[in-house]
Amino acid sequence: MSAPLPSVVIVDDHELFRAGVRAELENLVEIRAEAGTVEEAVASILREKPDVALVDVHMPGGGGIEVIRRVAHERPVQRFLALSVSDSAEDVIAVIRTGARGYVTKSISGEDLAQAIGRVRDGDAVFSPRLAGFVLDAFHGEIPEAEVDPELDQLTPREREVLRLIARGYMYKEIALRLDISPKTVEAHVGAVLRKLQLSNRHELSRWAVERRLID
Amino acid sequence: MSAVARRTPLRRDTRHGLVGGVLAGIAARTGIDPVLLRVGFAILAIATGGLALLAYLVDWAALPAVDGGSTLLAHTRRLQGRERLRVAIGVGLLTLAALLAFRQLGIWWSDAVAWPLALAAFGAALLWARLQANGAGAPGSLGAEPPTDAGEKGGGRAAPAASSRFAELYSGVFGVLLVVGAALLFLSSNNILGGVRDAALATVVAVVALGLILAPFLWRLGRNFAGERAERIRSQERAELAAHLHDSVLQTLTLMQKRADDPREVAALARRQERELRDWLAADRRPPADVSLAAALREAAEKVEDDHRAAVEVVVVGDCELDARTEALLGAAREALLNAAKHAADPGPIRLYAEIEDSRIEVFVRDRGPGFDLEAVSPDRRGVRESIVGRMERAGGEAEVRSIASGGTEVSLAIGRDGTAGEDER
Repeated sequence: MSAPLPSVVIVDDHELFRAGVRAELENLVEIRAEAGTVEEAVASILREKPDVALVDVHMPGGGGIEVIRRVAHERPVQRFLALSVSDSAEDVIAVIRTGARGYVTKSISGEDLAQAIGRVRDGDAVFSPRLAGFVLDAFHGEIPEAEVDPELDQLTPREREVLRLIARGYMYKEIALRLDISPKTVEAHVGAVLRKLQLSNRHELSRWAVERRLID
Repeated sequence: MSAVARRTPLRRDTRHGLVGGVLAGIAARTGIDPVLLRVGFAILAIATGGLALLAYLVDWAALPAVDGGSTLLAHTRRLQGRERLRVAIGVGLLTLAALLAFRQLGIWWSDAVAWPLALAAFGAALLWARLQANGAGAPGSLGAEPPTDAGEKGGGRAAPAASSRFAELYSGVFGVLLVVGAALLFLSSNNILGGVRDAALATVVAVVALGLILAPFLWRLGRNFAGERAERIRSQERAELAAHLHDSVLQTLTLMQKRADDPREVAALARRQERELRDWLAADRRPPADVSLAAALREAAEKVEDDHRAAVEVVVVGDCELDARTEALLGAAREALLNAAKHAADPGPIRLYAEIEDSRIEVFVRDRGPGFDLEAVSPDRRGVRESIVGRMERAGGEAEVRSIASGGTEVSLAIGRDGTAGEDER
């Protein structure tokens, strides 16, 4: 890769975990700062303006969602990648709807994490197989005609296909090969799904969001 | 935490009160205008010939102030027995003074009540003060134990010695005697004791006196009982959690330390523990594996993980009940997982994706191993051909094993919910 290494701020309340991520990402990304609390995180992200902020979903004081909300208020262009041990759909959907461009679980390998960070830096979305499964679940089934905003509340057949391949464990390159489209087109589909995920009013998504008090 | 929304307990409102804040506190609790309450109370005091004032005094002594600050009794809880006695005498004298004032004003019915009332107030004040001081201790026992932790601020006070324990007992018994004596005095001075006709009145007065003695005990008893129950529930939950962590996480951590030289084993142990903990946290949200296909698929993956030390990631969309057809699908998926775990566990993880729709179920098992050519597999290794492809076809579904150019193999299984193989394969 010719582009400079993406700059990153790591936010996680577990120091041990931060140390692990730092060791794994060495030479793959440029780590600008680390933060262990919501306050610290907001301050250091706004100060360092990294390409990508890597935020833990579960932290005392509101967690990654609070960090994303507060930083986005000051700096709307900031990009976030959420990282968590949690695999409950509510947590994942909630953090994506707050504005994270992707979600990976903490068991991800260092190399894959670096790749995901690079992708988020370039403005793309990062969907793990699990997240793809959640999205398919959330957009599954019919909703009453009157409430449908077809632009937002439904996935196109192509988007669905891409998501299914992600859920099956295909890399973006492999998906492109399989569907005979370019990797950029795969990215575009995933980006469109992310947008729908954030803006859709589908009741499953709204319900999750309400439960997490994202909507008043 | 905001106390605004919640109903506040009855407290003295010393900031808005005129005398002791009792009426202001009642006003704040009930929402009635305090001025109205005061006028009403004045009328009540006159109508009852001053008895209402005694009630006011008792309330004043017993109710905590709004600002968490001190009541008369909160003060006395930090006092030694002797000082407490002095305060109680003060209460008795105050009562007497109030009664005399009423007598002077002409609001009066009989001289016979003056001494009994004053004595009763004295005795009751003594009992209340003792109980407040004993607050955290066991309720109900009549001064058998020392005043344990002496309230919030005086917590550091040295434990009282045996002599002060005696003083406790003494003041407790003294208080009871005072109240009983007051009742007897009242009765005899009214010549009620002799008359059979007045037996009913005598009983009433005795009950009132008993009530005066017991009320603070019962009140304290109720409060301590509720507190103890909450504490018991908390400690029970804690014990349960501790037992669970001990049986699961601690055991696994010990095992992991022992097997530290075998990374694969350690990883497998960690994965299994993680799964267990997640299941436990999810509690009853997951359906049992003998009813739900999704749960059965997860269980199959877990078994393969355990038996072959391979990592399996499971993603399931939708769910349905198990029946003969889905059993066949489940069996084939299990074989595919087993095959991947035996021949292609590295580099992991193996991925299982299942999509259960209204008309059709699909399952994909993907690995990143070296791959193999189905046609080249020797006939004796019939695992794939028989147990996967054959089983699916017999059940009316279809199966396909596909090598992926960039590495790995994918087994895809599909079956219709109504017996057909479903429409398109992709």
